[in-house]
Amino acid sequence: MKILVCISKTPDTTAKIAFTGNNTKFDTAGVQWIINPYDEWYALVRAIELKEADPSTIIHLITVGAADADPIIRKALALGGDEAIRVNADSHDSFYIASQIAEVAKQGGYDLVFTGKETIDYNGSSVGGMVAELLDRPYVSLASKFELSGNKATITREIEGGEEICEVELPVVVSCQKGMAEQRIPNMKGIMGARTKPLKAAEPVAVDALTTVAGFELPPAKAGVKLVSPDNVEELVRLLHEEAKAI
Amino acid sequence: MSVLIFIDTTEGHVKKASLEALTYGATVAEQLGTSAEGVVLGAANDLASLGKYGVKKIHHVSAGSLNHLDAQVYANVIGQVAIASGAKVIIFSNNVDGKAIAPRLSARLKAGLVSGAVALPDTANGFTVKKNVFSGKAFANITVNTDIKIIALNPNAYKVIAGEGTAEVVAFNATVDAPKVKVTNVTKASGQVPLTEAEVVVSAGRGMKGPENWAIVEDLARVLHAATACSRPVADAHWRPHNEHVGQTGFAIAPNLYIAIGISGAIQHLAGVNRSKVIVVINKDPEAPFFKAADYGIVGDAFEVVPKFTEAIKKLKGVA
Ligand SMILES: Cc1cc2nc3c(=O)[nH]c(=O)nc-3n(C[C@H](O)[C@H](O)[C@H](O)COP(=O)(O)OP(=O)(O)OC[C@H]3O[C@@H](n4cnc5c(N)ncnc54)[C@H](O)[C@@H]3O)c2cc1C
Repeated sequence: MKILVCISKTPDTTAKIAFTGNNTKFDTAGVQWIINPYDEWYALVRAIELKEADPSTIIHLITVGAADADPIIRKALALGGDEAIRVNADSHDSFYIASQIAEVAKQGGYDLVFTGKETIDYNGSSVGGMVAELLDRPYVSLASKFELSGNKATITREIEGGEEICEVELPVVVSCQKGMAEQRIPNMKGIMGARTKPLKAAEPVAVDALTTVAGFELPPAKAGVKLVSPDNVEELVRLLHEEAKAI
Repeated sequence: MSVLIFIDTTEGHVKKASLEALTYGATVAEQLGTSAEGVVLGAANDLASLGKYGVKKIHHVSAGSLNHLDAQVYANVIGQVAIASGAKVIIFSNNVDGKAIAPRLSARLKAGLVSGAVALPDTANGFTVKKNVFSGKAFANITVNTDIKIIALNPNAYKVIAGEGTAEVVAFNATVDAPKVKVTNVTKASGQVPLTEAEVVVSAGRGMKGPENWAIVEDLARVLHAATACSRPVADAHWRPHNEHVGQTGFAIAPNLYIAIGISGAIQHLAGVNRSKVIVVINKDPEAPFFKAADYGIVGDAFEVVPKFTEAIKKLKGVA
């Protein structure tokens, strides 16, 4: 079985969010970059577990980005996976990224494509669905469990206020979230091994982005907290009722 | 030309998030000087009454195989309706189903998608929609460059307005492929408000010391008809179920009122709740970072404050 895991480079969860160029560009000064947590903790680790259960499984990682994404993809390879492909392109919009991934997926004949449920920067939740459509394959999103028996996947996915179990034949595209697997820390052997795993750069296919970013905004600052004495909770209730109109 | 709104149902009932999408879509239609139409897939009740949210016509594809979501089949059918009805803007809620279908439809129709929209489009100069980015820490204005535009509206970002009117319901004759995704089991907490749709959320963290102490949190939630949530370490320690975990790596929510009890307010926690309209923090540490993100706060011991708070709300609501 061949699995393609989509890896995105995102700012660390504690990164300061600021913009430059008249609010048109994310200010990357001093930002630490990480593997998007959903891609790492859930998509990649579940793929690794599937390979542990069936060592004949082949895992390829893919990212769409410039050469500065290489350290991130090496970090991912340190966790597991056989080789990585970086489509050498600045990312435009989700459709552009999905088109690049779909192209690689078509050529590689993957049975499974895993993505994280969203990236923590763009919060698009879009790439997986778009890849599935471009490949004309079924898509199961927001998966929290994935079991494989032969060619049949049994997947638990989120619904509002609960979850449902569904079955689908491979090939399929799945977006992964909490529950799929537990976070892992790469060990020394993994880190050393990752250095020699193939990391191939591929040229992008020509695709027009469907959307462009016109600019960014920061939310208005909060007015500041109104503190109420713990001996006067009635006052808090009054404020929530009369002032905030929240209860 | 029309604005087409996907109306998402569960067991035949329209989800609250879709009422928001309907109200939003009707306003977009007005803005563009066109009419709002809806599309419903699978069994659904009482569709004509949705006219009160401003939708004039509803295309209903009632095939039984559409009662469960297969995004591939859904996107295909909605695409057929969109083309037949000349839709120029297609609106989804950015809820579970919207996240599955809208991206597929976007790729299918080569129609630019803005997912997680929080405001009406700016159509003065092109078509630009504001969306959440960086997990609620910023907004981006996204310009859609294609003829057909798709917007997935964040739940709780737009207020439902009900007026008068009935919609004309027409059966739409679509080609419906056999689903490849087969749903075999559905588990749903009955009688509970789904966390992502809740107007009020009562959330608690490690400050509660252990799962045995959650009764005071649940009591407060009950009097407020609120959903309950928790911080990540609480879910990781199995004090509470995973579907209560909010934050960067859990659910992102935007209720009217978020009450945080014994939660420090780490940046990753805030990422999932910072879009709440009003935030109340109860924490015994005056230096807890959460107070910086709060509107109201009490510095005090949760075990003393929360029961008193619950009693005071009961008094306000006139429940004994
Ligand atoms: C990549 C990454 C992703 C993460 N994602 C998430 C996420 O999605 N959601 C999330 O929540 N966290 C997330 N975290 C973890 C986050 O950084 C914090 O560790 C976590 O939110 C802390 O949970 P807490 O506030 O419940 O516990 P603590 O930080 O231990 O805080 C407990 C609080 O309770 C207060 N307290 C104690 N006793 C009482 C009392 N009797 N009365 C009143 N107050 C009391 C304390 O003063 C303290 O402020 C993530 C971390 C990382 C690195």
